[in-house]
Amino acid sequence: MDGASSGTGLSLERVTKEFGAFVAVDDLSLHVPAGSFFALLGPSGCGKTTTLRMVAGLERPTRGRVRLGDEDVTDRRPHRRPVNTVFQSYALFPHLSVLENVAFGLRRRRVAEPLTRAHEALALVEMDHLADRRPALLSGGQQQRVALARALVNNPAVLLLDEPLGALDLKLRRQMQVELKRIQTEVGLTFVHVTHDQEEAMTMADTVAVMNAGRIEQMGSPADLYELPRTAFVANFLGQSNLLRGTVVEGPSVGPGSVLAVDVGTGRRVLVPTERAVRTEGEVLVGVRPEKLHLVTRDEEVPWDVNVVGPGRVTDVAFSGVSTQYQVAVPGLGTLGVFVQNISGGGEVRVGDEVHLACAVRHAFGLDGAEDVASGVAEDGAA
Amino acid sequence: MSIVTAIGHGPGNARAATSPARAARGPAYLLLAPGIAYLGVFFVIPVVALLVTSLYVPVPGGDVGQFQPAFEWQNYVTVLSTYWPHLVRSFGYALVATLAALLIGYPVAYAIAVRARGRPFVQAMLLVLVIAPFFTSFILRTIAWKQILADESFVVAALRAVQLLPPDGRLTATAFAVVAGLTYNFLPFMTLPIYASLERLDPRLVEAGGDLYASGPTTFWRVTLPLSMPGVVSGTLLTFIPASGDFVNSVLLGNNGTTMIGQVIDSRFFKVSDYPGAAALSVVLMVAILLLVTSYIRRAGTEDLL
Repeated sequence: MDGASSGTGLSLERVTKEFGAFVAVDDLSLHVPAGSFFALLGPSGCGKTTTLRMVAGLERPTRGRVRLGDEDVTDRRPHRRPVNTVFQSYALFPHLSVLENVAFGLRRRRVAEPLTRAHEALALVEMDHLADRRPALLSGGQQQRVALARALVNNPAVLLLDEPLGALDLKLRRQMQVELKRIQTEVGLTFVHVTHDQEEAMTMADTVAVMNAGRIEQMGSPADLYELPRTAFVANFLGQSNLLRGTVVEGPSVGPGSVLAVDVGTGRRVLVPTERAVRTEGEVLVGVRPEKLHLVTRDEEVPWDVNVVGPGRVTDVAFSGVSTQYQVAVPGLGTLGVFVQNISGGGEVRVGDEVHLACAVRHAFGLDGAEDVASGVAEDGAA
Repeated sequence: MSIVTAIGHGPGNARAATSPARAARGPAYLLLAPGIAYLGVFFVIPVVALLVTSLYVPVPGGDVGQFQPAFEWQNYVTVLSTYWPHLVRSFGYALVATLAALLIGYPVAYAIAVRARGRPFVQAMLLVLVIAPFFTSFILRTIAWKQILADESFVVAALRAVQLLPPDGRLTATAFAVVAGLTYNFLPFMTLPIYASLERLDPRLVEAGGDLYASGPTTFWRVTLPLSMPGVVSGTLLTFIPASGDFVNSVLLGNNGTTMIGQVIDSRFFKVSDYPGAAALSVVLMVAILLLVTSYIRRAGTEDLL
């Protein structure tokens, strides 16, 4: 980060939070570098908000330590932590004006000229013209901005955002995503953002940690997570995936460009790059993203580095402007989804047509065959 | 703002009152008709009768209790010059009792609404305990206090033992007993509105206070207390108004020096049959309470929270 950076890194070390017999967060460790935009992504009840609340000091970890920079803050009360939260409900004080809401934290710390600074923070979120209003008179989007200003004005070591855009409509949400990212770059603070919206997480964050059942499934840049998911949950929760159950029958082959040959049923073989596979023997799941699949209608010559399955029958065609979604039922493999960009107009393949499905070997990924193919599918991540 | 909105302080009330759908006004008045008729017969007419009676003069040469219509403003001068100490004393006792009830009632309401939050059974039990006194008569409970504060009671014995009371000191027939009785009798009226306010308080606002560098006490002072002010205002009004007109506690727990205005009105009416005097005193009490309460609500400045 550039010179404006005043954020601090955040570390969780083997943090566990139990509520009675329920383990909300299970032995979780992560490090958020100073000045980065970090997203905790997962379905409701996965423990992401509990994790955030432990950083804020609103919950005490059952085990483990929370560190801000070099300081262990595990035992510190919320008001003694240099951390501020933008709450999901905004939690603006209804008895105070917008300006006094923003000045609240400054007044508590006896910062000089709290009102001047509050005005500056409101200007940053373009809300200064409503400084004298009561929060109840603001729209959801405006309240969200005030909540952001109220947290930002304190220049916290880490800014925590708990589903801050959840209550906004789609258009406003997209607009605020861009704005949040702009503000984060501008102020250079460390942002930790909790969300169940995978698109939101991928749009804004430098690093995304996908959480499920109190654990981090996978952590990395949005592109890495999308292109190379390591668990079925990530493959299904982040975007969509076609997962085929199979058995490794050959490989890994030796040398660079090493591949595994996987039998996905009825003698059909597909190739998976060894470095993109979690397991290199026995039962595996072969995955491919729908937009990496192509429909092959005629008997085309297939190069060696393309996997082809089929034939299958098209069961559904959904035209959505930029792309068309096809559902193709392949006997023995189930139904696979295909996204085709409408570059040349589309509409050539109809329901009932017989097609083959092709995808470059380098786009295939291999997961542990013991996993549930449907893990993460029905969750609310695709919102 | 009227007293009525101060007492019925639900957030919905103010809004519902300011935005009636115009088309629905006819049926609304129809539905209100029974209530308006009831208030007309049992409130407006008696008040007018009270005002008229307060100006009557005795029938010349007539019996005790015989009066005729007149515009005798002198009645007000007479009762005020005679009974102003009782009026002042009543408001003084009511004020002390209201403050005492606030100091006792707020923590009780806080414990039930905030500390016991998420434990509905505990909350319900505690609320029943707050309301339980209503199950017996007001008079009986006040008589019980006479026993509690009696010279031979353990309360007096204990206070004497720790020398808070001189060896020959007593509690019955004192101003202290009267104020204690008032406090006790009106405590639920203080506790319940504050409970209602605190119960509605969003715990996330308290968390936000902590998140914004406010310690527990500061959060209480800056967030919880201001947000519970509608309950405090309602509670203090519901305690102060009936306490200042009370005529039971002083009779049962006080002495000749603790006579309150309610007692005076009672005796002017029933014992001396001075109907105009009793009526004039009632009007004075009503107007005084109205003025006090109006200035209090203005000063409390909780309009936009109501």
